[in-house]
Amino acid sequence: MSLTDILTILLLSAGAVFFLAGTVGLLRFPDVYTRLHALTKADNLGLGLLLAGLALQAESWTAVAKLLLIWLLILLASSSVAHLVVRTAQRRGIKLWKR
Amino acid sequence: MEALTLLSWAFDATLGGTLMWLAWRTLASEDLFKGIVLFIAFGLLMALAWVRLDAPDIALAEAAIGAGLTGALLLGALAKLEAGNEGSQPLSKNRSKLVNKSVNKPMRFRWLLVLLPMLLLLVLAGGLGYAILNLPSQAVGLSLQVAGNIEASGVSNPVTAVLLNFRAYDTLLEMAVLLLAVIGIWSLAVVPESRESAPGAVLDMLSRLLVPLLILVSGYLLWVGGHAAGGAFQAGSVLAAAGVLLLLTGWRPSARFAGWPLRFSLILGLVIFVLVAVLMLLLGESFLEFPLRIAGALILLIEAAAALSIGITLASLFLGSRPQPDQSSSNQSARREELGAQER
Repeated sequence: MSLTDILTILLLSAGAVFFLAGTVGLLRFPDVYTRLHALTKADNLGLGLLLAGLALQAESWTAVAKLLLIWLLILLASSSVAHLVVRTAQRRGIKLWKR
Repeated sequence: MEALTLLSWAFDATLGGTLMWLAWRTLASEDLFKGIVLFIAFGLLMALAWVRLDAPDIALAEAAIGAGLTGALLLGALAKLEAGNEGSQPLSKNRSKLVNKSVNKPMRFRWLLVLLPMLLLLVLAGGLGYAILNLPSQAVGLSLQVAGNIEASGVSNPVTAVLLNFRAYDTLLEMAVLLLAVIGIWSLAVVPESRESAPGAVLDMLSRLLVPLLILVSGYLLWVGGHAAGGAFQAGSVLAAAGVLLLLTGWRPSARFAGWPLRFSLILGLVIFVLVAVLMLLLGESFLEFPLRIAGALILLIEAAAALSIGITLASLFLGSRPQPDQSSSNQSARREELGAQER
């Protein structure tokens, strides 16, 4: 097993941890705002780590570019959608969760 | 190697189990909105299952059409249902009441209502199981024949070769079905909804960034369909996604486009397909058979027209009613007043 393989495994595992944490947060957090907060970690960091791990194994630079493009597009979409969800929640008068 | 096989078995089993569970939850959920969201999740996992079965073409189509566009259509339909239902109870609660009433009535034969479908399902499951057990363990299906004739098709992607050459009439009829769906919706939806609205800053920026990119991706999928996963339906559904995004941000087709240009682009794919087929018939080939020398170019031409038509058809399905051609604004407001008067 080469150094790249070990690095890939580390990156993929770290990404999976972020996805797991994001999912647990989505299920367990009390209101829509905190849930979105958990979700963005999985989208931004988790996916970034996964794609970085996959990029190390890519066969060509085109594949790396495609992976990067996927990450940027999902960053764009997820942040926009998070904004839209929060705005709708605020308009409907959903209060921020307080202990 | 052993551990890897075990792992992929575990993954497939989890995937299959989750699919069954999601299907059950989708059908059993009382809340329609929840049902739709579960259905979209089901579609995405189904796409993953197709990837596991080495069928990336179907996976793309399933993710784009099965999960994405059908989900958008269902959500749009739900929004319209709830808008029409304003003032009364929310639909999801109404539904459970209706279901209970209809089930409670024939108390005497209720056990029959349970037993009969169960028996039918058992027969079906038994038949399917029997068929699967009787399959040869290393079935190749028609893939050898396709691989043997791929040279004659003009493309190197076997799926495109089957869809556009060997079994082109399937694709031709599918496009006719899509067109019929739009005609059906147009004849049912009476009140045109063509209010334009300005989106918020974020949605505006997102659509301005994504729509040109989606058009580019659609063209890429169309081109790549000749030798890898992709093709007219995938390209068309990405194009339709751009259309749905535009419609969601509040854009409506302008009156100039709503008349014959829209109708023309709706039928373009079918027309080109039939024209090419008839032309080949006149040139001495048989119906829907392409001579090898120009088969690749013809397939690309048909697919390009088909992708455009499929995209516009699916986006029209999402719009849900026939956009009014010119001078519509005065007619429309008159019509709305008329309807308002009737309601009063």
